[in-house]
Parts: sequence; C-alpha cells; structure tokens
Amino acid sequence: MSGLTLGHFLSVGAILFAISVVGIFLNRKNLIVLLMAIELMLLAVNMNFVAFSHYLGDLHGQVFVFFILTVAAAESAIGLAILVLLFRNKSSISVEELNTLKG
Amino acid sequence: MSNTLSASTLLAVPLAPLVGSLVAGILGTAFGGNVIGRRASHGATILGVLVAFILSVMTLADVIDGARFNQTIYEWMVIGGLKMEIGFLVDGLTAMMMVVVTFVSLMVHLYTIGYMADDDGYNRFFAYISLFTFSMLMLVMSNNLLQLFFGWEAVGLVSYLLIGFWFNKPSAIFANMKAFLVNRVGDFGFILGIGLIVAYAGTMNYSEIFAKAGELGALGFPGTDWMLITVICICLFIGAMGKSAQFPLHVWLPDSMEGPTPISALIHAATMVTAGIFMVARMSPLYELSDTALNFVMVIGAITALFMGFLGIIQNDIKRVVAYSTLSQLGYMTVALGASAYSVAVFHLMTHAFFKALLFLAAGSVIMGLHHNQDIRWMGGVRKYMPITWLTSLIGTLALIGTPLLSGFYSKDSIIEAVHFSNLPAAGFAHFAVLAGVFVTSFYSFRLYFLVFHGQERYDQNPDAHHDDHHGDHGHGHGDGKPHESPWVVTLPLVLLAIPSVVIGYFTIEPMVIGDFFRDAITVNADAHPALKTFAEEFHGAWAMATHAFSTAPLYLALAGAVSAWYCYLVNPAVPAAIARALRPIVVILENKYYMDWFNENVLARAARGLGVGLWKGGDRGVIEGGVVNASWKIVGAIAAVVRRAQTGYLYHYALVMLVGVMLFMTYFVWLAK
Repeated sequence: MSGLTLGHFLSVGAILFAISVVGIFLNRKNLIVLLMAIELMLLAVNMNFVAFSHYLGDLHGQVFVFFILTVAAAESAIGLAILVLLFRNKSSISVEELNTLKG
Repeated sequence: MSNTLSASTLLAVPLAPLVGSLVAGILGTAFGGNVIGRRASHGATILGVLVAFILSVMTLADVIDGARFNQTIYEWMVIGGLKMEIGFLVDGLTAMMMVVVTFVSLMVHLYTIGYMADDDGYNRFFAYISLFTFSMLMLVMSNNLLQLFFGWEAVGLVSYLLIGFWFNKPSAIFANMKAFLVNRVGDFGFILGIGLIVAYAGTMNYSEIFAKAGELGALGFPGTDWMLITVICICLFIGAMGKSAQFPLHVWLPDSMEGPTPISALIHAATMVTAGIFMVARMSPLYELSDTALNFVMVIGAITALFMGFLGIIQNDIKRVVAYSTLSQLGYMTVALGASAYSVAVFHLMTHAFFKALLFLAAGSVIMGLHHNQDIRWMGGVRKYMPITWLTSLIGTLALIGTPLLSGFYSKDSIIEAVHFSNLPAAGFAHFAVLAGVFVTSFYSFRLYFLVFHGQERYDQNPDAHHDDHHGDHGHGHGDGKPHESPWVVTLPLVLLAIPSVVIGYFTIEPMVIGDFFRDAITVNADAHPALKTFAEEFHGAWAMATHAFSTAPLYLALAGAVSAWYCYLVNPAVPAAIARALRPIVVILENKYYMDWFNENVLARAARGLGVGLWKGGDRGVIEGGVVNASWKIVGAIAAVVRRAQTGYLYHYALVMLVGVMLFMTYFVWLAK
C-alpha cells in the first residue's frame, strides 16, 4: 500500500471525470447514459474528497461525500422520473431528438 | 375717495349672465336632456343679462359719484412671489365698458328672439351669447393681466363657437378656424408681452405694474439696444391687433360674418373686437413711456382705417360691407391710441358700439325681410316695406359718417383733431389716412344705404336666389316674396340702439374726453404727447364743436362721399361700372382684398404646412421612427439573428459550453488571479 500516493487517487478521480465528460459529449443516443455520466462525474468528485480526507487527516471531506451521495440519489430519482415522462410524451429517449431547449 | 361699491354686487355682474348661460346651455340643450323650452331659455338668459345691465348702470352711477373699487376677490394660487388672483378694478373706464357691453348684449338678446326664431340651435345660441357676456365682463372688470387673459381667451372661444354656429356649413367652419388661428398669432405676442411684464415687474396686478412703470421704462431689452418698454408694448399690441382685427391680422373679421347676424353685431362689431382698444387704453401708463410703440400703433391703425375702408366699397354682401366698416373704425380707434388720446379712442369705442351694433342689427333685419338674401345688388327700394329698419339704418349711417351732433361725429372728429395735434412722426401719415377715411366711410356707407333702401326693387331678379345654402333658420312667410317688416323684438332693439347713437356723443364728450371721468384709469404724459391737451384747449363745448365742423374739412369730405354715392348708385348707375373698367388693376387688387388671403393661404399657411410635413416626414418618421425606434429593434434583431445560432437546443452543446466556461474560470483563478 505504501506505493499509493495522493497523486494516484487524484489521477483515478481525474480519469473518471474525463470519462464522464466524454460520455456527456459523445453520447448522442441514450439519455440514460447521460444520467450515468453525471453520476460518474459526482463519483469522481467523491473520489477526490475521500483521497484528500485520508491524506490530510480531515474527516470533513468524508462527511461531504455523504451529502453528495444523498444529492446524487435524489438527482437520479428525479432524472429517471423525468425520463419516464419524456418517453411517454415523445416515445423516444434519444438525445439527438431533444433539441427544443432554444430560443 | 369713497368706496361704496361692494364686492358681492360686482361679482353678481359677470355671474348673472353665466348662470343664465348655464341654465340655457345645460337644461335647454340635448346635453342636459332638453328639460326647458325656448321660452324658458331666452327668459333665463335675458334675465341674467338684465340683472347685469341694471347693476352695471348702478355701478356707473356710483363711479360718477367718485366711488372706486380695486380689490382681489379670490386668490387662486401663489407661485413664488407671483400671485394669481381674481379681482375687480372698477373705475371710469371699466364702468363705461360694463354698461356698453351689457346694454348691447341685452339688445342683442332681445333681437335674437326674432332673428333665430326658426333655428334649431335657439337655446344653444342663447347659451353662447350669455357666456360671451360673462367672458367680456370678466375681461373688462379685471384688475390683473391673468384674468384679462382669461376673458380674452374666453371671448375668443365663444367667438369661435358662434362663427361656426351653423356647423354644417363648410364656409362657416373654415371661417371659425381662420378666426381662431389668426387670433392665436396675436395671442402669441400678447403672452410674450405679459411674460415680459411678469419677468421684470414680478406681478400681474395692474396697479402694482403701473407703480413700477418708471423702473421698467429705464431698462433695456437684454442683448439689444431696444428699450424693454417698447418691446413689451409692441408685444401687447400684437395681441390687440389679433383681437381688434388690425392690419395684417384683420383677415379673420370679414370671414366671421359667416356667423348669425346678432353675434356679428355683439361680438364682431360692438364689444369683443374692441377688447384690444380697451386693453391698450388700460395699459396707457406703459404706452406713454414708449414713443416707438405709439408710432407703431398709429401706423397700423392708419393703414387699417384707410385701406379696409376701400374694401368696403367693392363688397356686395351687406354684412361684409358693415364688417369692413368695422375694421376701418377700429383703425380709427387705434390711431387715437397712437396719438395718446386714449380717452378719445375709448369714446369712439363707445359711440361705435352703439351705431355699429345698430347697423348690424338693421342689416340682419333687412336680411330677414328679404328672405335671407344678403347680396345688396338684389335689394333696393326696401324703404317702403321696412320703415323702422329704414329709419334706424339711416340714423346709424349718419352717425357713422360723422354728421354733426350725432355721436359718431364727436368721436370721429375728436380722433381727427387729436391726430392733427399729435407730435409723433407718424401723425402726418395718420392724419392723411383718417381724413381720406372720412370720404371713404361716407361713400361705402351711403352706397350700402342707397342700394338697400332706395332705387329700383331688384329683390326678385336675383338669378341664384334658390341656390343659397339655406341654414335652416328661416321659413317665415315665403309667400309672395315681398320684403316685410320684422317683428317687434327685432325693431325694438333697433330703436333703443338708435337713441344713444344720436345723443350719446353730445352729452358725454365733455366728461369723457375733456373732463376727468377717466382721471385714474388713463394716464397721459401731457408734456411729451400734448395732442389731447391741445385738443381740450381748443374745445369750447359740444355745441360749438358741431357748429365749428362747418368750417373744417371732415364734414365736407363726408358730404362729398355721400353725394358721390348718391350720384353713382341712384342717379347714374353706369358710373361705377365705368370707373371699375377704367381702374381695372386697382379693382382687381381690391376684389382680392390686397391678396392678403392669397398670401396667407399660399405663403404662410403653405410654408407652415410644408414645415409640418417636413418635420413629420423628416423628423418624426425619419429620425424618431426610422432612426431611433425602428433602428434600435433592427440592430437588436440583427445581432440576435446571429447569436441565436449558438443556441442549438442540444443538451451536450450546452454542457460543453458550461465545462469550457468552468475551465476558463478555473484557469483564471488558479494561474492568473494570484
């Protein structure tokens, strides 16, 4: 375990974050993938919090992780509910077809 | 100085006609549901004017006994140190005007019962003329410029309403708009004059202004080398030119004859048009300080007196002849004002009010008798059908041309003499103009008289008698087409007006012109302007003045005018046509009224319209609408049309932008903002 430094954990977090960003940008088909990417992004942040908390000896970071998990759960619940309604209305969850959010 | 005049009595004088007017105007018209009939309407208004007349006569009696009144009745508001008040100033000038206004108004009210008997607007007409009486009384009784201006505008409004009384007639609508617009030009000068007085004297009250007259007289007009007092007086006089129809703002008065005849007598001959003369006489302490303004006044008056008289010669409409005569007589009054003979001007104002109201009402009686024919070419021989109208017209005509012992003689000869004694540079021209005017006055007056009352009966030869635009105010006895005498309500006012037309000059010249009746109303600087003083020294009683007239020029000029009219229109009717052929260019100029209307319509009105169209198209539509309003939304729209392309509606584009933004901010905070 001695080989693992803060840098490793932050690298994992950054990779997770990058994957989720790419997931948001490149995903053209499925809205569920988008929601998953957002969850992944939050987890990447959590990873950073936990890593900093451990290496800096400050428990506040781990308390914050619980908050984020709670918010993430609520957010995915709402997101899935919207998704269901969207599918009922448009019979599709394709991201490419959802372009009405404009002036 | 005793003060037996009470504020409540004086207040009742203008308010009585106002109440009558409101009763007839609200209850007697469709506005208030036609609650009262014709009899009640004319009863209420005549009662109001009668009350005003009786109280005015009582006031005049008190004023002759030495009573004076100068008091504020009601304070409207105070702005800074400037008080806006309603108040009355009663002295000789006011009391005389009150009696003249209410007397002529009463006569016209009576006359209207007969003249307007068949008109649908009967009650409305009574409401208007009573409202006019109220406004005119407020004007003459005022003790400050604000109330004067209120009355000034109110009489203008009523004049507008009455000229356009027959509002279905396009010519009447044109005439009332013209009167209104021309008066606006005059009022513009008047307001500037009042504004200058307020700016430099800081008050609108007459006595306070006159107390500061000396200070005002010493000031110069900023930025120029003119005297301030000259500018003030000329500005005020421009207002008088509009209201009293002096050249070149006279153009509205002949057209105002489109209105019913009673108002031509009341408003456009006897009272309203003399408001300008009254105002200048009231402002005499200011005018005395400016010789330039007096010269200006005199020249304008002389031009009006002579050149408007010429126009009377070629007119064929009976009312227009009398209207041009009124213009010419107003010019006489203005000349007298210019000669500093204010009391003579006011004296002529009074005598003129009687005999000109008489002439107008007689003209109206003739028009009624001839079934609304106004063209004197198709009259003639009316004398035997309308004896009372004939006799009163003759008296009025003789008074107008200045027959000795009649009222017009005293006032007109006083003017001529006063101008003769005036030491102003313009007096030479003015004296010539008023002397020549005597001949012209006599000529057109007797032309009218002979063509209407004497000679062949031509009333059944009018080729276009049935093409007249009848305005629904007739219908009495078309029967055989013969002229008929008017009912007693028409002839009684003629007789009652004929009496003062004959005698009033003889009895009042001594107190009014020579005596001290106007002692505290009119100020004359006798050292600088000795015209009136010299005249008073030459005066040896009214009788002596009448006998002396036989050795002076005006009487023979008047006689010559009458004789030449007699020769041209009764003895040898071919003469006028021959003269007209020989002097064709002059006649054309006269027929076109010196091209004043042409000039106004084609130069001034067109220029004003051109300016308006230019501002409308260039200013409003071009700059404001095109440049400011439309351009701003077009620019916003153009920018938005480009920018809205960035808004694709795809979630991942927005997310990308958000991330890029976050990264830029972080870059900034982490590396650059240290």
